[in-house]
Amino acid sequence: MRKLSGALGALALVGTLALAGCSSDDGGASGQDSGGHQTLVVYAAASLTDTFTQIAHQFEADHAGVTVKLSFAGSSDLVAQLQEGAPADVFASADEPNMKKLTDAGLAAGDPVPFATNVLTIVTPPDDPAGITSFQDLGKSGVKVDVCAPQVPCGNAAKEVEEATGVTIKPVSEESKVTDVLAKVTSGEADAGLVYVTDAKGALAKDPDALKQIDFPESSKAVNTYPVVAVKGSKHADLAKEFVAAVTGEAGQKVLQDAGFGAP
Amino acid sequence: MRPDRTVAPRLPWWLVAVAVVGIAFVVAPVVVMATRGDWAHFWSLVTSDSSLDALRLSLFTSVVSTAVCVVVGVPVAVVLARTRFPGLSVVRALVLLPLVLPPVVCGLALLYAFGRRGPFGHTLEDAGISIAFTTTAVVISHVFVSLPFLVLTLEGALKVRGTGPELAAASLGAGPGRTFWLVTLPAVAPALGGGALLAFARSLGEFGATLTFAGSLQGVTRTLPLEIYLQRETDPDAAVALSMLLVIVAVLVVALVHSAGGTRSFRRGLAGSVA
Repeated sequence: MRKLSGALGALALVGTLALAGCSSDDGGASGQDSGGHQTLVVYAAASLTDTFTQIAHQFEADHAGVTVKLSFAGSSDLVAQLQEGAPADVFASADEPNMKKLTDAGLAAGDPVPFATNVLTIVTPPDDPAGITSFQDLGKSGVKVDVCAPQVPCGNAAKEVEEATGVTIKPVSEESKVTDVLAKVTSGEADAGLVYVTDAKGALAKDPDALKQIDFPESSKAVNTYPVVAVKGSKHADLAKEFVAAVTGEAGQKVLQDAGFGAP
Repeated sequence: MRPDRTVAPRLPWWLVAVAVVGIAFVVAPVVVMATRGDWAHFWSLVTSDSSLDALRLSLFTSVVSTAVCVVVGVPVAVVLARTRFPGLSVVRALVLLPLVLPPVVCGLALLYAFGRRGPFGHTLEDAGISIAFTTTAVVISHVFVSLPFLVLTLEGALKVRGTGPELAAASLGAGPGRTFWLVTLPAVAPALGGGALLAFARSLGEFGATLTFAGSLQGVTRTLPLEIYLQRETDPDAAVALSMLLVIVAVLVVALVHSAGGTRSFRRGLAGSVA
């Protein structure tokens, strides 16, 4: 009995050590397989999920033996991961400050290329309970407006529009993610929200009755530019540049503009 | 030294070895995070308006939700432990559901129920009470995710104890109310303390349900975990500093409760809550 428990214990210990050993095997995601098959890892801002998935499919169709692995998250999360040594070949940011973090860290191969722009729009529940028709309406008292926090790009853009127009919004909440603003509007919790045109279009494409989109001319006061760059140290430097070219090229631009992005 | 600790039975070597690995696994990441902190600016980072607001809100909502958990959780635990009815195991599983549900899903469920367009929220809205985007919504989120910890702990303790003392009290003429207050509750007080501490800890760290259901506004709904999440977007140093603040607060609370209720029976309650 004593022997058995000792053996079991040793087994558990070996198991634990084996588990610890796993961490040292950081198999590069951008490794080249034996059959000449290549995997390109693309880190892209969450707002590019639909468009970059389409562009990646096109890219794979045009490049036999290439698989594009996409990773979508907030731009700041992605930069943080890249700074910690995450193996990516291409990085597409939702704004310039996050791209600057990458270039400042010396992790960009070449200069970032702007490939799209995005502006804010007002979204309300489909029945528009607060009767919003203009940006000025968001400043009215009693209107429950949900915005992004100034620390994130969509919130920063909202602040710029507020400053340019002199309208003061007293939000009921300041979200960290634009999707949280959308969710609070589509659920009817908030009377109105400020999101990007592409977010509103994306939500409407999935469900035409999800919300009401109200564009406003003052949105041009805060135009958000999306840059893309090949990441330094990529094992597929040429392929990464080709992917950047695919994003900035005619076909890529069509996909982006169909989704509501503006030309750079 | 307490008598029951002087003579400790010898443990198998492998058990201790795996335990050391297990403890290191939990402690090491926190220690490494501490080394990454910008300690020179720690004080100014954690005493900014937004940080203090978040800390105050977190402590307030966690204390209130723990109190609610005790008031609601004790009857739930007693009913689950001491009654027999068809479907009891199903009810128990449902009550414990928030333990296994992702917090975001908890938040969505609360949003659909208590949101402006939900069945309960709609009624309250008609009565002029709005829950969305208020501190009340934060407390509701906390109670929802923390309640199972208290119920589970207390129910376990009640079942281990059995019903002998209660039957004795009843045979001596004590009514059900008197038996509950004078026999049942004092006996499981240590477990109640342990369960309340677990519920408090879960509240303090609550993030997903709050974000989804209550939103995030300084001083109103943005608790410390939400503030950390937001600060990370622009200032990872501040996020680490705030994380350390949360660690310090958590350790202080555990130590405080531990020494305040520092009787052996209370410690046994804590141990029971972990088991």
